[in-house]
Amino acid sequence: MKQGLHPVVMIGLVIGAALFGRALPTWTLSLATVAASNALIALGIVVLARTGNVSFGQGLFFAAGGYGVALIANVWGITDAVAQVMIGAVCSGMLGLVIGPLIARYTGIFFGMLTLALSMVMYGALVKSAALGGSDGFNVGRPSLFGMAFTDTREADFMLYAVSVVTTGLAGIAATILFRSELGLVSLAVRENNLRVEYLGLSANRIVTINFVIAAVFAGASGALALMAQRHIDPQFAYWTTSGEFVFVAVLAGYQSVAAVFVASIALELVRSFSNLYLPNTWQLVLGVFLLGVILFLPRGIGSLWIRDRHKKNKLPAQIPVTVDTGVVP
Amino acid sequence: MNFALTIIVDGLIEASWLFIVALGLTLVFGVLKILNIAHGSFYALGAYVAATVVTMAASKGLPPALSFVAMLLAAAFVASAVGLMLERGLLKMFYGRDEVVLLLVTYAVFLLLEDLTKLIWGVNPIYATQPYDLFGNVSFGKMYYVGYDLVLIPIAILSGVAVWFGLNRTITGKIVSAVIHNEEMSASMGVKVKRVYAFAFAFGVLLAAFAGALTAPKISVQPGLSSDVIILSFAIVVIGGLGSVEGAAVGAILVGLARATSVHLLPQAELFMIYFIMTAVLMFRPEGLFKRETARRI
Repeated sequence: MKQGLHPVVMIGLVIGAALFGRALPTWTLSLATVAASNALIALGIVVLARTGNVSFGQGLFFAAGGYGVALIANVWGITDAVAQVMIGAVCSGMLGLVIGPLIARYTGIFFGMLTLALSMVMYGALVKSAALGGSDGFNVGRPSLFGMAFTDTREADFMLYAVSVVTTGLAGIAATILFRSELGLVSLAVRENNLRVEYLGLSANRIVTINFVIAAVFAGASGALALMAQRHIDPQFAYWTTSGEFVFVAVLAGYQSVAAVFVASIALELVRSFSNLYLPNTWQLVLGVFLLGVILFLPRGIGSLWIRDRHKKNKLPAQIPVTVDTGVVP
Repeated sequence: MNFALTIIVDGLIEASWLFIVALGLTLVFGVLKILNIAHGSFYALGAYVAATVVTMAASKGLPPALSFVAMLLAAAFVASAVGLMLERGLLKMFYGRDEVVLLLVTYAVFLLLEDLTKLIWGVNPIYATQPYDLFGNVSFGKMYYVGYDLVLIPIAILSGVAVWFGLNRTITGKIVSAVIHNEEMSASMGVKVKRVYAFAFAFGVLLAAFAGALTAPKISVQPGLSSDVIILSFAIVVIGGLGSVEGAAVGAILVGLARATSVHLLPQAELFMIYFIMTAVLMFRPEGLFKRETARRI
């Protein structure tokens, strides 16, 4: 994100993007809806990754948000789209508040493994809970907006698109503000060296926890959006391959730019739907090659295409001198 | 009493093949510091190759004992060839990158192999049950076990002892341990680290494929096998401590018993139990049960 871009301008961009949906053909509209909702959860992973911790279990919060919304919708009949997004965010946010403090002291691969394990605990519980439909899940009614019910599918699709884009856009603006704030900058310091941050009198655990909860809130809202788009929920929401896909988007984007997350998410959805269309049996193959290509040729993600030297100070310590390959120690 | 025995025997059978898979995973992590998500795919590859070989051998009228040996050899050979090619052709381009990036590279390989196996063998389940009757039935009091299942236990113990012996009592093993502890230092002592990497990876793949081939007659070989197996072997190596052979053994027994217990007593809780144990271990001993904590650099 450019340093100078004012939040008001960004809000304008978001509204523009939402209205642009009017001009899009139907298939692009649903693709963009999914892309926006995936971008939201990947944005949470990027927020968390700025502290140096990558969560391989965002599916946990994705599912928590989705199931929370679905249950409340079916029991109390809350179908309003905006309310559902908020319910999803609150459900996962509360779960994040419980798990965050417990998990914040782990780093690196252990953090990833623990989040993965937690999401699989959730998956294991959901698959076998008959009350929640087991591995088949259950259906949810069509969402409404501010008391309006949408019977025309085209209108309903547009409403969903608008809600997704506005939610994700607002989250993106919030993330940009966060990245520039004291908390955002000190998060980068935690990634570089958490002990030194502690010596400065700050609590590294608390910083990780706050970022973790933010990521959980984003994931919950994203789960609500995904639920509205599919009108069906099943334990697959919490499975590790689902989480893996979100990390995929985050890595594709790189950790430098909010805009890159949106671009990466759209790119992934385009690759997926085109390979679905032309190579229906080998879309995972295409996805794998795509991922390898990006990691190989754009090691800092898609964002590095337009963000270059200015962020050099913030980059990941990826260039550890490789000496083992040649057997020469400098 | 009988019931407890059933659970223990079932658990050990389950633990035996899981241990062989986890052994490969933990070795690859120990040497290359890569948590290999594609490990489950190599297990599946082994199972597919074995099923194909068994079917071919049966159609030629070979005796099942011969086809049993043939399937093990073929699976191990094919998979380690694929593993070696992958390490030399692909993985080496990513060495030195962040461990999370390496994890994603193996995730990409997992996606690739998943579709490749579907392209080669199709999506319908394949059965290779001929060798399953090879060792007859064994009875314990009132209970009957398939001999083949029980044979898995000594095979697992043998593989574990062989790997432990190889690592701790041979020159090659010492060299591998040196690379595990400090690759730069061993490189400067003249160890060809590149070669150690390639062979360690191929050996890890061989173990996964071997386990796949061993279990092929027990199961229906079909897509989705790899993601189920990798998630179980992840739990095992994390419980035992990444990179530890003893840890993998204890982890496999724990997971095997947990699975058998929940299957018999509370079938709803199977996956839940395993991941519950994994979470508990991670919470209290994040390095796993069998690994000393290492000092960190400030």
